[in-house]
Amino acid sequence: MTTTTERPLTENMRPDGSFLDVRAYEQAGGYQAIRKVLSGGMTPKAVTDEVKDANLRGRGGAGFPTGLKWSFVPLGKDAPNPTYLVANADEMEPGTFKDRLLLERNPHQLIEGMIVAGYAIEADIAFIFMRGEYTLAAERIERAIAEAYERHYLGRDILNSGYGLELYLHLSGGRYICGDETGLLNALEGKRANPRSKPPFPPVVGLFGKPTVVNNVETLSCVPHIINNGAAWFRGLGRTKDAGTKLFGASGKVKRPGLWELPMGTTVREILEEHAGGMRDGLKFRGLLPGGASTDFIVEEHLDTPMDFTSLDKLGSRMGTGTMIVLDDQTCPVGMTWNLTHFFAQESCGFCTPCWSGLGWAERILKSMEEGRGESGDLDKLASLAKMWNPGNTFCALAPGAAEPVQSALKYFRADFERHISERRCPWR
Amino acid sequence: MLTSDEINEIEAEAARYPKREAVCIDALKIVQRHRGWVSDESVREIAGHLGMSTTDVDSVATFYNLIFRKPVGRHVIMICDSVSCWITGYDRMRKHLHERLGIELGETTPDKRFTLLPIVCLGCCDHAPAMMVDSDLHGDLDAQKIDTELEKYK
Repeated sequence: MTTTTERPLTENMRPDGSFLDVRAYEQAGGYQAIRKVLSGGMTPKAVTDEVKDANLRGRGGAGFPTGLKWSFVPLGKDAPNPTYLVANADEMEPGTFKDRLLLERNPHQLIEGMIVAGYAIEADIAFIFMRGEYTLAAERIERAIAEAYERHYLGRDILNSGYGLELYLHLSGGRYICGDETGLLNALEGKRANPRSKPPFPPVVGLFGKPTVVNNVETLSCVPHIINNGAAWFRGLGRTKDAGTKLFGASGKVKRPGLWELPMGTTVREILEEHAGGMRDGLKFRGLLPGGASTDFIVEEHLDTPMDFTSLDKLGSRMGTGTMIVLDDQTCPVGMTWNLTHFFAQESCGFCTPCWSGLGWAERILKSMEEGRGESGDLDKLASLAKMWNPGNTFCALAPGAAEPVQSALKYFRADFERHISERRCPWR
Repeated sequence: MLTSDEINEIEAEAARYPKREAVCIDALKIVQRHRGWVSDESVREIAGHLGMSTTDVDSVATFYNLIFRKPVGRHVIMICDSVSCWITGYDRMRKHLHERLGIELGETTPDKRFTLLPIVCLGCCDHAPAMMVDSDLHGDLDAQKIDTELEKYK
């Protein structure tokens, strides 16, 4: 798109919920970015450098610099062949519903981003790895891919440039761990989605042993706009050092749950109070998970923090996916922690012991507290289990993610945990 | 025996991958689409067709949430039990479904009309609580809306 809007990702979406077909996308300036790079205007390295310079960080939750990830892929005639690109559309982080919007409403934006990314890493084959429950998105992506092939934006020798890319949609069998980069690759290979030991990292040894880049849907959707408008423009969209806009969301008992594309670095308070309208009448705010189930709770005193990777890291939390889950005073924090831990225990792939064994143990402790059978040593047990899930003790980020709500709930809602044990009941039931 | 339709669909997917085993998950989903679920016999047939061991195919089949290794009813209700739906009323919705259908999670009604399963976050958190029936998403649920929606599935 050529318009220098402040909401590049969502501006052209139709208010009636229908999707931008190829014609509408082109009329809004779509598919100009691939013309720019494929017409000889930019080398693959120049594209990667532009994305690096834009300071685009992965929107799937980890915030890894996108251009840097691309730069690890070997290029040129001697590089292993084929090279793969995968769009991670396996949005399964509880409380996260942002990629659904991009997939359902502007599928060509993602496809164009994938063609540009594919060109930058000299990819031959690309997959959109999407969760099977996203049925409407699947229908629209399939149609958009067919339209892109018809227009010669995909396939061999795209727009007579000499560059070619095949793009397929893969619908997952369904499991949270498929969202992990290497778990996803094993799932694409038809296996159980157990994450792989790293290094080697996927840009060097990925799908079927070949160089592979896995990027989140929102990350790839930013790419055409960076190419059209430049790195400096993209950096300028953010209010803080972390660049661009971000799809922020809120769910829980707020007045207006929803999604908003806002400058990176918009404060937590602004999202919660202005956009989500604050708490429903009669309810008080207690805390929130800033970006999905696997991010540490933050509380009232943190509300003026900018929502970006850097600022939330400093608080000992994470921005994650940027879609916050809000806890009110009539919802039990112990019950919420139990629900979150149940999720992680269930979705553990079963490989690393601290994860498969420890998560189930913690879930049983939390359940017993909720049912009035909590014991005095339980909080220490929970704290020590959460420590065992810290990074370095497992192959992937599932258990470290599970630790975040548990350790922060123990910190901010300790009195509530203690009441469950001393009163031998859940005070909210 | 896999039907010729099933084989054709599996082979069309297999063409995308450099290794035959890579189509295993797609094959399970294709067979499930035709037969409603994946029986032991279906696992053996897929394994035979792809040149894999039955154990390998079953280890994949049992790993994924959307592959059913037990028979299901004509319609599958998947109710989201993740955090945003839990905050906004999952427990009440599950109880209502239990009262209406007379079944617990994991069970099928005696007339084989509905199977009730829990599912992880459906990415519908701004319209929580939510559920899927077959391939349709239903959000902003309350007891009345559940009753109205379920009437559409015979």
